[in-house]
Amino acid sequence: MAGAATALLRGARDLGPHARVRGTRFERNIATREATWVKWAILGAALTFFTVFIFLPLVAVFVEALRKGLEVYWKALVEPDALAAVKLTLIAAAISVPLNLVFGVAAAWTIAKFEFRGKQLLTTLIDLPFSISPVIVGLIYVLVFGANGWFGAWLIEHDIKIIFAVPGIVLATIFVTFPFVARELIPLMQAQGKEEEEAAVVLGARGWQTFWYVTLPNIKWGLLYGVILCNARAMGEFGAVSVVSGHIRGLTNTLPLHVEILYNEYNFAAAFAAASLLALLALVTLVVKTFVESRVHG
Amino acid sequence: MSTRATFSVLPGFGLSLGYTLVYLSVIVLIPLSAVFIRTAELSFAEFWAVVTAPRVVASYRLSFGASLGAAAINAVFGLMLAWALVRYSFPGKRIVDALVDLPFALPTAVAGISLTALYAPNGWLGQYIQGVFGIKVAFGPLGVLVALVFIGLPFVVRTVQPILEDMETELEEAAASLGARRWQTFRHVVLPILLPALLTGFALAFARAVGEYGSVIFIAGNIPFVSEITPLMIITQLEQYDYTGATAIAVVMLVVSFALLLVINGLQAWAGKRTGRNR
Repeated sequence: MAGAATALLRGARDLGPHARVRGTRFERNIATREATWVKWAILGAALTFFTVFIFLPLVAVFVEALRKGLEVYWKALVEPDALAAVKLTLIAAAISVPLNLVFGVAAAWTIAKFEFRGKQLLTTLIDLPFSISPVIVGLIYVLVFGANGWFGAWLIEHDIKIIFAVPGIVLATIFVTFPFVARELIPLMQAQGKEEEEAAVVLGARGWQTFWYVTLPNIKWGLLYGVILCNARAMGEFGAVSVVSGHIRGLTNTLPLHVEILYNEYNFAAAFAAASLLALLALVTLVVKTFVESRVHG
Repeated sequence: MSTRATFSVLPGFGLSLGYTLVYLSVIVLIPLSAVFIRTAELSFAEFWAVVTAPRVVASYRLSFGASLGAAAINAVFGLMLAWALVRYSFPGKRIVDALVDLPFALPTAVAGISLTALYAPNGWLGQYIQGVFGIKVAFGPLGVLVALVFIGLPFVVRTVQPILEDMETELEEAAASLGARRWQTFRHVVLPILLPALLTGFALAFARAVGEYGSVIFIAGNIPFVSEITPLMIITQLEQYDYTGATAIAVVMLVVSFALLLVINGLQAWAGKRTGRNR
């Protein structure tokens, strides 16, 4: 009975181009379809929720940024403190992303291509920074490099500033973006196995040649995706950077910290103008993500 | 940890493992150990006094309560959204699908000020909520909840969605042909398959919400005993140069985070077994 019903339903799905059955495979199948009112209720609730919690906050950034007109918007972006914040944000990302890229490739190569004891533990430890509050990330670097920290006295003696200076910001950024590339590559490289690399090595390829000509072409989209996510977080990190920055205008303010300062001064138009740059970055990230996913799955 | 691999023709094991371990230790493990070493300087009585101070306890109540509430709201609406994205066709579906990840990509400070603009008493939505229901959203505990719902949503949608996509229609067809009503099919056939992923999404959203800082502080109002979250208590201690106090609270949060990490690993293993997927 069930088999016959299934066959019948299958048949209904394959009526050919002239039948023009619309909707997803679930909507075309009488067994996986809800009553119309249930469908509209779920769709309505889900999309209302989406609009209120995701879509409106995104729209609000741009509307609030342009509220006082294009001129005010533009001025807020080109004033020296804003430009200094953009520059520092770019520097922090330009240092932390490549470092975590190299680490991600090395970690994924180790975990995906070899068997060793403690592998599961290592994988968990790599994910660790995701489960630590950004505020604690800032705190740990203050404990290590701050005036009262482990290396505090030595750093003061040698006149090196890490906390409340650029190196602290870079370190905190590296920490919070630590797992992104590794986490994208590990499952991807595990799924691909190691036969292709082994074949290359047996045929006489050197280690780097194997990686460059065999592994890299296979993982390039996952790698790009990991880098894009890593970069978005690096440029947008707030909590960890806030603790170690010291909030010195024009010197140790990243773009998110610049947004906070303007906002706390009730300079809302300028705060949202700076925020709109970060929102654009988020949108670009999502576009690249969608593109990469269509490459991987489609 | 043993460094001896079973024989492999592939090169680079020693180099890549060595580099991974050194980098992991320098960036993550050694600085992290500072929190525990610093706390060990306190006697247990001192530690206990810091972490159970009334203002701090009030912050735990808010942080964990609001995080649980936000994760629960996300579990319900995230499931509906994932269901709509997989099972229904509607205009703008691809855009909605892409934008679900916005909370991952949008910097938390931007989310914070934007949600405040929406939910403040004179904000886009806040004025109506205040006018109609007399409820103040921003600058109070409810504001914390709103921010945590925002940042947690993609965790639920993105863990449930792939399971829904992979689900074969045969089981539901069998249930329907055996006379089950649609709700019974959902309750007894579909939900048990989704449950591990749904719980994983719930736990991920909860874990992220507990540590969240940037999106919350703008909308919370940060009133002592009322709307201060635990990460803010660490900042407050730091601003008073009370490093040991900040560290003690950080230890409590870290222990909770590690416990959650174990729970999430267990849930993911369960979900993998139930559905035959690794992630």
